[in-house]
Amino acid sequence: MFEELGEKLDSAVSKIKGYGTLTEDNIGDVLREVRLALLEADVNYKVVKEFTNNVKEKALGEEVKKSLKPDEVFLKILKDELLELLGTDEIKIETKHNPNMLMLVGLQGSGKTTTIGKLANFLRKKYNKKPLLVAADIYRPAAIDQLKTIGKTLNIPVFEEGKKNPVEIVKDSVKYAQENKLDYILVDTAGRLQIDEKLMDELKNINEAVKMHEVLLVLDAMIGQDAINVINGFNDKLPLTGVILTKLDGDTRGGVALSARHLTNVPIKFVGVSEKLDGLELFDAERMTQRILGMGDMMGLIEKAEGIMNEEESLDAFKKMKKGKYDLEDFLKQFNQIKKLGPMENLIKMLPGAKKMGLTNIQIDPKDMARLEAIVLSMTPEERRNPDIIKASRKERIAKGCGQNVQAVNKLLTQFEQSKKMMKMMSNGNMKLPF
Amino acid sequence: MGFFSKLKEKFSKKEVFKDDKQKDRYDKGLEKTRKEFSDKLNKLNKKYQKVNPEYFEELEEMLIMSDIGVNTVINFMDRLVDRVKKEKIEDPELLREVIVDELFIIYVNNEVLTNKINYSEEGPTVLLFVGVNGVGKTTTIAKIAKQEKDKKKKVLLVAGDTFRAGAIEQLKEWGDRLKVDVVTSEENSDPASVVYKGIEKAKNEKYDVVLVDTAGRLQNKLNLMKELEKINKVIVNLIGHEVNETLLVIDATTGQNGISQAKAFKEITNVTGIVLTKLDGTAKGGIVLAIKEDVNIPVKFIGLGEKPEDLEYFDIEKYIYGLFKEMM
Repeated sequence: MFEELGEKLDSAVSKIKGYGTLTEDNIGDVLREVRLALLEADVNYKVVKEFTNNVKEKALGEEVKKSLKPDEVFLKILKDELLELLGTDEIKIETKHNPNMLMLVGLQGSGKTTTIGKLANFLRKKYNKKPLLVAADIYRPAAIDQLKTIGKTLNIPVFEEGKKNPVEIVKDSVKYAQENKLDYILVDTAGRLQIDEKLMDELKNINEAVKMHEVLLVLDAMIGQDAINVINGFNDKLPLTGVILTKLDGDTRGGVALSARHLTNVPIKFVGVSEKLDGLELFDAERMTQRILGMGDMMGLIEKAEGIMNEEESLDAFKKMKKGKYDLEDFLKQFNQIKKLGPMENLIKMLPGAKKMGLTNIQIDPKDMARLEAIVLSMTPEERRNPDIIKASRKERIAKGCGQNVQAVNKLLTQFEQSKKMMKMMSNGNMKLPF
Repeated sequence: MGFFSKLKEKFSKKEVFKDDKQKDRYDKGLEKTRKEFSDKLNKLNKKYQKVNPEYFEELEEMLIMSDIGVNTVINFMDRLVDRVKKEKIEDPELLREVIVDELFIIYVNNEVLTNKINYSEEGPTVLLFVGVNGVGKTTTIAKIAKQEKDKKKKVLLVAGDTFRAGAIEQLKEWGDRLKVDVVTSEENSDPASVVYKGIEKAKNEKYDVVLVDTAGRLQNKLNLMKELEKINKVIVNLIGHEVNETLLVIDATTGQNGISQAKAFKEITNVTGIVLTKLDGTAKGGIVLAIKEDVNIPVKFIGLGEKPEDLEYFDIEKYIYGLFKEMM
């Protein structure tokens, strides 16, 4: 996400470097680029206008004139203004009630049903809540089946009563939750247009029957200039407590993120970043800004790793490394942990400076990773523990076992030796970084 | 005579629409789009007695707000400013016709466009539906299945979305409702294999039209795009010619990302047309102009509502009529 926007803003900033100083005359070109970059990212037209005016005013201020590095000051101005747009309020989600009531609403196809699974998973993990999924989409064929499948995958209960009136279903679900000591109710509703009076009234009725603590609008990040009408349309009918942006893992430029908060005052609470059921993150304006401007998102990376990496296993591997006993079994374990972090592309993009190194457009075929894994899996446990014994005939057998050639096996073994050496150096503390 | 005046004449004779019912559907479906656009244009023309730079700036804003695409709008504005200079137009009222004219030129670009399905003369006609997640592929298939069935065609649905939870059930339920056969497989199985099974069945049992559903995929997911390439190959091998129609389904609320979707899917498959869905809700759908200009894929169908008959063959004349009705 945001790559193109980031690149274009980058090119605008580097223009200033060429100018040396910013003047009333030359700032026009720079601002034009900023403006186009934002418009192409689907940022709302009015927001773009305001944004460029603010940036212009600040950029022509005293500070920039005095500065020897006007491009850096300009970048700082961009960052501050972006942050301002995204809103700096702390993102909170209601968890103190018993049960907590939450409802997801949105247009057709915005990703409500998938998101509700992710959200339940998130609440269970982060707040230790016992969620209940409620199937109140009685219109779309197989919507209930879809929710049931998700519930089964996550091992989270699903409440459904077929095609009964949604208001009744939701009321009954509260009783069910209380009886079964479930403390977080998440209601999946049918997709609807914000101008559909009848269906909008249905949402209003649900909300009036059971006072919802959270009403979250699920919005596809690929939405264009209509975003504002959609948010306002829903918000007028029932007060939204937040927005969830989905499909941010596409190559969308996500301009809606920059306009929504500013124009509607409804905060973005979550962003969906992968199709997997753990692909939902709390929205963080600071980090989002840094990502847009290519400053990396180390916090996000660390948080992701913390959620998945098994501390004991990592420590174990580290100890082995120190003793020089790190073997292919550990390699395989770590490999699997990294795999759990999600697509490599996403991880690389979070590294600071990834954009400058041209890493953001890297595409990694998951099959390549699977091929590496297959090689290790075709070895006997003994070979994995003691790779030195792998000679020509063993290599041939392994190659046959995983359906690849001997060169591929050789390549993996070399890679393993190299990483082992590097780890040893690092753990001995005499690692000299190449930069 | 400009396009606009021709159109005006044509509509006054009412020869464009089959019947009043069809005209109503266009009228109603595009109501929101039209309201936004022509209301604003009317206001703009009232505000400015003379065409000046502020007028152009506001017009540009209007077009960008319709998601027409930044580059398309900028080129359009350049041409418009040129024409205004050359033809010495001062009255904004006169500019209306020029605006509609220029928009039409973007879309048509001197080509003969067809919105008809390219049916096979022999063997089944295969329609492949592709697109990102949540655009309405399955619903579109159901609508087209109904229309083809009403034409007395023997229709087969293939549930090629084996990934999304509930997708197979969704298509099955449509099959039950429409009384149309559906070929399915287990969830999470290889989609290419169910497609193979479906096309084989269609050939052996002499189905006329095969509608192939696929999983929604974001265009930057390499492995999913490869999977689509494989599905495409399987069909081509079995029927011995290009897939009759590969229809890219796009949500009308989509912004600039629509251009990137069209480019990416066209690279992998032979996209022959676009189905623009959910046009009844959005104020926009302008992205189709940018897609036509940038990627040269025409729109074949538009979805104007939830009922099967609300899926219409796209007709640029009717579309522009829907947009500018109040101005005629």
